Amino acid sequence: MPKLIPAPDSLSKPFWDAVNQRRLVVQHCAQCDRLQYPPQQACQVCNSAAALSWQEVEGRGHIAAYIVIEDGRLNRRMPDQPYNLAMVTLDADPRVNFYSNLPGTPPYKVRVGAAVEVTFEEVAPNQFIHEWRVVA
Amino acid sequence: MSAPDRYQWRRDKDGLGVWEHRGKVAVAGFGHSPVDRRWDEVSMDQTLGAYSILACRKAMEEAGVMPDQIDGVICCDSHIAGGSGGSASQWAPRPYFAPPYDSEWGLTLINAQWLVEQMGLTNVKFAPTGVPTISEMVGMAAQAVGDGVCSTCLVIYPTGNLEGRYRRGGENADDYARGARQWTAPWGNHGGNDFINMFPHEQYCRKYGGQHDDLAPFVVNQHRNGLLTPWGYNATHNVSQLTIEDYVNSRYILNPLRLWDCDRPVNASTAYLFTTAERARDMKQPPVYVLNHSQHNFRKRSTQEDLDEIEAWTDRAARRMYEGAGLGPSDVDVFNPYDGYAPMTQFFLEGFQWHGVKRGDAFAFYAGDIRVEGPHPLCSSGGNLGTGRLRTAMYTDSIEQLRGTAGARQVTVRAETALAAFTTPSSGGWIMFGKHPS
Repeated sequence: MPKLIPAPDSLSKPFWDAVNQRRLVVQHCAQCDRLQYPPQQACQVCNSAAALSWQEVEGRGHIAAYIVIEDGRLNRRMPDQPYNLAMVTLDADPRVNFYSNLPGTPPYKVRVGAAVEVTFEEVAPNQFIHEWRVVA
Repeated sequence: MSAPDRYQWRRDKDGLGVWEHRGKVAVAGFGHSPVDRRWDEVSMDQTLGAYSILACRKAMEEAGVMPDQIDGVICCDSHIAGGSGGSASQWAPRPYFAPPYDSEWGLTLINAQWLVEQMGLTNVKFAPTGVPTISEMVGMAAQAVGDGVCSTCLVIYPTGNLEGRYRRGGENADDYARGARQWTAPWGNHGGNDFINMFPHEQYCRKYGGQHDDLAPFVVNQHRNGLLTPWGYNATHNVSQLTIEDYVNSRYILNPLRLWDCDRPVNASTAYLFTTAERARDMKQPPVYVLNHSQHNFRKRSTQEDLDEIEAWTDRAARRMYEGAGLGPSDVDVFNPYDGYAPMTQFFLEGFQWHGVKRGDAFAFYAGDIRVEGPHPLCSSGGNLGTGRLRTAMYTDSIEQLRGTAGARQVTVRAETALAAFTTPSSGGWIMFGKHPS
């Protein structure tokens, strides 16, 4: 079923370009040695813009929490209901988290704490998004 | 007229000390319009503009204030649907009506300038634009009166709702996820307080032991208090009392968030009149003093705020409020935190430690006696869940409790201080009222 299509802007374009190449990158602050996602103009800890760069990370994480969307407001997603919406933490830095619909995991059958790995899903021609799949 | 971006009125930092105007500002009146489910797009005496004028007149009449005494008007000039459109977005009929309804203003949008013109308020010198929501408006009014920017200030909060399912248009009907939504909407998060709180709430249940439906006694009690609120939606529309059985059998929205965890969008307006404590003593009602106001806007670390962040934020908000008021948890008699979605109130209750409730204790507290006539009258207003999505019941009830005019909702415990808010854990504000100035 169709997901909303991300509309990259000048800040996010490098991220989506990487996703379209099936790579997961996040911002890294050299001053704080911290990862940051979603991308921002400056490090949210030290406020440095110059210290930020893109860093590829290993797409491994864990499910921290989840809900099931049964009556959401997004027109494009309504045919999918009910569907999982999980919060996935990145193993490289659990302070960084992502949303996921956990493709392959039926709604309500989510195990909190399960390991996941990144996968990429095409939501429009040549536009992918990052998703997360439970590791068997 | 002043612009709020040049006026530094917020108290949004840690360690600001006791508020310099503590007890020197007061609320002297309030007024509510009828609370309708929707505007029918026909009745011109039920527009958001007509209801805002009515609410203002009630507040002024209650205080005994004439129009020429008003020198400040703070009106939230955004309708509550924001960019997501749908039933609460502007109606935009073509052609418009005769003045004053010859534009969108007055129909589904209100601002201070329109109100000033329609009400003939000729002495207004403070009518800021770009005003935030009610949580910050009451703080802005208190600070402006305390600073002498104005002396008799109307605060108006309109909340609109039209036909159709709520917030189902605009960006929610878009095929693309733009701006900040590119990080949330592709996966189904359309934004809002429900998503902010549901993940931390799920973590809360697992961390402290409990189930989502442990919220049922709280939600049912909110509806009970709502039915004791004569102006509220439930009381004026013969809504029957919600039961535990109704709650646990209600359908899910964002499972485990249930239908009855959500408030009911309405079309209504509320007005408050803030003035100096000195002037308020000569007005018709006993003054309700402002002991502090505080705001917060905490930034989440990543895509979704988690339980640790929300607990830290509500702890900080509580410290700011208590420090500025010169009070502590045991000093708060009436506690009206926000409840627009039921699973957020526990974070506020525990952060502010009202009646000694600590982290992880809220569900057990809900299972006790939280009725208004009992020892722990939590949310005596009934909040949004009991009165509709006005986001003002918390303030009105606090004022009435301190005056001793809350009628069937009047608490039987001491009622000399009251704490009220419309806020998310991440952003918003709190205000502390007192029956006495110190």
